[in-house]
Amino acid sequence: MNKKNYSVKWLLGCFAALAVSTGALADDATPDVLIKNVTNEVLEIVRKDRDIQSGNTKKAIDLVEAKVLPHFNFTRMTQLAMARDWRQATPAQQKTLIDEFRSLLVRTYSKALTEYKNQTIEFKPFKMQAGETDVKVRTQIDQSGAKPIGLDYYLEKLPNGWKVYDIEVGGISLVTTYRGSFGSEVRQSGIDGLIKTLQSKNASGEAAATKK
Amino acid sequence: MTKLHIKRIPVLVCAALLLGGCATSGNPKDPIEGFNRAMYGINEAVDKVAIRPVARAYDFVLPSPVKRGVANVFGNIDDVFIGVNNLLQGKGKDGITDLGRFVLNSTIGIFGIFDIASNIGMEKHDEDFGQTFGRWGVGSGAYVVVPFFGPRTARDTVGLLLDIKADPIANINDVPSRNALLVTRIISDRATLLPADKVIEEAALDKYAYMRDGYLQRRRNLIHDGNPPREKEEF
Repeated sequence: MNKKNYSVKWLLGCFAALAVSTGALADDATPDVLIKNVTNEVLEIVRKDRDIQSGNTKKAIDLVEAKVLPHFNFTRMTQLAMARDWRQATPAQQKTLIDEFRSLLVRTYSKALTEYKNQTIEFKPFKMQAGETDVKVRTQIDQSGAKPIGLDYYLEKLPNGWKVYDIEVGGISLVTTYRGSFGSEVRQSGIDGLIKTLQSKNASGEAAATKK
Repeated sequence: MTKLHIKRIPVLVCAALLLGGCATSGNPKDPIEGFNRAMYGINEAVDKVAIRPVARAYDFVLPSPVKRGVANVFGNIDDVFIGVNNLLQGKGKDGITDLGRFVLNSTIGIFGIFDIASNIGMEKHDEDFGQTFGRWGVGSGAYVVVPFFGPRTARDTVGLLLDIKADPIANINDVPSRNALLVTRIISDRATLLPADKVIEEAALDKYAYMRDGYLQRRRNLIHDGNPPREKEEF
């Protein structure tokens, strides 16, 4: 009886060890494999989900929060969008800025997913030097009769794995495109003014999303 | 896009540069922001009342294969022009591909209705005179919102004048068919941008600044054929 108990425990221990090591494996995935897996997984779901296809942003947001968000570094994104103004903000303001910018980016990204119309994503060859911690993974959206659009991911290696800190669509950065409007907002009404603008933008966006 | 409009562009650009002196907001890339915002407002209004509703109806009524066919025909005509620009930029291989695409799609693809060339791996490019000048080392100059045509830089505005001069459709002698084709092309182009509208609406805090900064990044990317050096970070 005792022996049986012991072996069950041992088996459980093995499972636990296995779970931990696969978890570690996921974090160790090379950036190109990570992007490929997440893209395929998300698009697979969108292709099957009629609600998302017909413009249900709320559902798309849930999908993005579950599958995509864990791989993003929003602190770095906010810093990049704020540029020099970042250091002006107090730690409390910085935290609010990160939260609000995150909501805005997630809604934008989710909205774009609802516009997805079965275009194919092509993964470009990826090479990485040993020890590199900052890389660009290139993919492209192919569509008939038009020049393919580049969809590039910038990732950096953090202790908890590779994290995306910028996405470029056709060379237009999801993050730095905000620099102009963030900068003039800060010049005109300070950090708090920018926070207020982001908050009201998010509030109206959320209202529109739940209406659907 | 009539002759009258084309002649007016340089005048308006000069006026813009003069007006610019009194309307700055501190963005070095956009010295004539006051004029640009006004022009942007007018363009948006025209789009809202005249162009977007027609594009929406077009998008709603026609089945996807028809819309794709129409867009392909215009894209096919563009390929000659794109090829010439690639050759002017010294990209011989790309230029030959573009001309090959035109020959293939015009014949086997039935007047360009089907983009056979893309299917067999001859990739479509996107070139214009503004990019050619950029490739030759001409700086972009100030950001300008051109009446009707929208975001440009000073360099791209000059490029645009040549683009129009070299546009096969704008050069058709029979005025009614020329105008019909120009309008169809505008509506077809606009219809392909409808999905982007919603995303930009969702994303932008200040749509004018968002479009401007997006445009400038896009042009930089195109001139470097998708591989621009990443801009320095500062924070």
